[in-house]
Amino acid sequence: MTTRIDARFAQCKAENRPALVTYVMSGDPDLATSQAILNALPQAGADVIELGLPFSDPMADGLVIQQGAQRALAAGQTLLGVLGMVEEFRRKDDTTPIVMMGYYNPIYSFGVERFIAAAKQAGVDGLIVVDLPAEEDDELCIPALAAGLNFIRLTTPTTDDRRLPTVLKNTSGFVYYVSMTGITGAAIKSRAAVGEAVQRIKSHTDLPVAVGFGIKTAEDAQEIGKHSDGVVVGTVLVDAVARSLADGKATDKTVAAVRDIVADLAAGVRRARG
Amino acid sequence: MDGTNSLRNGPDEHGRFGIYGGRFVAETLMPLILDLEHEYRAAKADPAYAAQLKDLAVHYTGRPSPLYFAERLTQHLGGAKVWLKREELNHTGSHKINNCLGQILLAKRMGKTRVIAETGAGQHGVATATVCAKFDLPCTIFMGATDVERQMPNVLRMKMLGAEVRPVTAGAGTLKDAMNEALRDWVTNVESTYYLIGTAAGPHPYPEMVRDFQSVIGTELKEQFREAEGRLPDAVVACVGGGSNAIGTFHAFLDDPDVAIYGAEAGGHGIEVENGHAASMTGGRPGVLHGNRTYLLQDADGQILEGHSISAGLDYPGVGPEHSYLHDTKRVTYVPITDNEALEAFQLLTRMEGIIPALESAHGLAQVIKLAPTMDKDQSVVLCLSGRGDKDVESVGKYLGLLK
Repeated sequence: MTTRIDARFAQCKAENRPALVTYVMSGDPDLATSQAILNALPQAGADVIELGLPFSDPMADGLVIQQGAQRALAAGQTLLGVLGMVEEFRRKDDTTPIVMMGYYNPIYSFGVERFIAAAKQAGVDGLIVVDLPAEEDDELCIPALAAGLNFIRLTTPTTDDRRLPTVLKNTSGFVYYVSMTGITGAAIKSRAAVGEAVQRIKSHTDLPVAVGFGIKTAEDAQEIGKHSDGVVVGTVLVDAVARSLADGKATDKTVAAVRDIVADLAAGVRRARG
Repeated sequence: MDGTNSLRNGPDEHGRFGIYGGRFVAETLMPLILDLEHEYRAAKADPAYAAQLKDLAVHYTGRPSPLYFAERLTQHLGGAKVWLKREELNHTGSHKINNCLGQILLAKRMGKTRVIAETGAGQHGVATATVCAKFDLPCTIFMGATDVERQMPNVLRMKMLGAEVRPVTAGAGTLKDAMNEALRDWVTNVESTYYLIGTAAGPHPYPEMVRDFQSVIGTELKEQFREAEGRLPDAVVACVGGGSNAIGTFHAFLDDPDVAIYGAEAGGHGIEVENGHAASMTGGRPGVLHGNRTYLLQDADGQILEGHSISAGLDYPGVGPEHSYLHDTKRVTYVPITDNEALEAFQLLTRMEGIIPALESAHGLAQVIKLAPTMDKDQSVVLCLSGRGDKDVESVGKYLGLLK
């Protein structure tokens, strides 16, 4: 079965460029502005969208994304609210893949079966759940795969060759390589090491490999994109939302701030193989 | 007893106690957690490790801790005999040292060069800073900014012992937030750093490992009580935050059905006050946080609540997974104790026995105060007096209006 994610990575490959994967926090800074940001992403050049499901205790995220989650929760975002945003997005866009990314407890609290059905119905294509490693595949991964959702796994510098097959076994859509041991928003120490790591993962799988954590500029996207099938950018976009606010509220610059950075990054990935 | 019906067999190979526990962590930490489990199994099988731990328990901690008959308190309550397992007499002033010694030896075996820990009341932070001083490892302690304020004596102790204390301002600035920050540090410095978790919670194998290190409490207690009274106690009681002193006390008695077991949760302002308590089993429902599935305080959408307790050590929205299992199976009765009940118990023990308990342990004592009068005079109840209250005299003094 070809999913929207498979189709989009195939399309980027045909265009001989890495995919631009953009992460935004759903509900940040408020529900309407967040919807407008989401709707603007494809035209700005995003190939794949990761939509953050806010959580009170995001242990693997840096301060920028944590604060984005806090703004979203304060604005009243819920799991159903996130799915509603996807549904609204799908009215106008039936090709751009959406991956929901977050932590397990809100999904577990909602009910796994009920969540999978609702996510499919809304038009979600894949899931990234940070605190569900391969050892906990029975929780959500296996039933999600059975329902036709992609389950995208993070691999990290600590995932060695011995462990990679375990991690990749039930991964689909793409592999998300975390460029460092650290939290979102930190800096990449060595681009060369990232390139080698991507090659190491590719020797274990035919899935596309996207690299995230620490990619901040169009130049980063261009350089990291030379050796990967996609680059993931998140903190910079959440930070752009934060910087555009006045007294904690959205301004007429908020949507444009995100759109402009995405357009710049989109130009970067198009230079990667030039 | 190792039978198939034993309640003492957990966790299974997936780190589960029934549906609770597990390994809900980011992939970055997963290889390390598997290494830790491997190393713990190897250490457990190594007589030299056991011998070193035993030697430290005797000569450094001061074990065995006494079992003390609280005669005046018993007379005052007018029911069952009240006994105290005196963990507050351990070096560093609480049961926390039992676990820290076990884990620091593991950190050394694994070749780690840096230690991090979270702390609520500061008892675990002090115990960690202590073993790091002794074993010459740099350590960083994450502590909620609110807790830094209310447990200043322990903050000073940690600093004097050479630890770096990092106040965490996120959220309500309590134990949950300190644990989030510790996890972030660990993900970042995973190669060099050992995370010395202070309670029987977190991803497998921590709940099992911490329980094993604390089980010395119940094992000694059982033996000491048999020597004193020639039988088993009728009830054992301990306070439950994350629940390490409680599981350490309870574990030896789980397969003794004649021993009633009570865990005292932090009832704060009262269990009926929304977000006004930290009684995760009485007032929460199962969820996933900090590496394990367990009872959690959470809202309808699965967002974690801050909770509240007068006691920084109990001010946590979760609980160790084995307690969740023992709650569901009803082997242990968990009861909420309010801030005021704990404060009254704190004063009663101080005046009756000349022992100032930690506010955490005072929650357990409040349950004993309720329980003992309902029991016969020839029966016995044992409280794990998990920590001493020196750290709390200032904040209790403020509550009582002795300070301004």
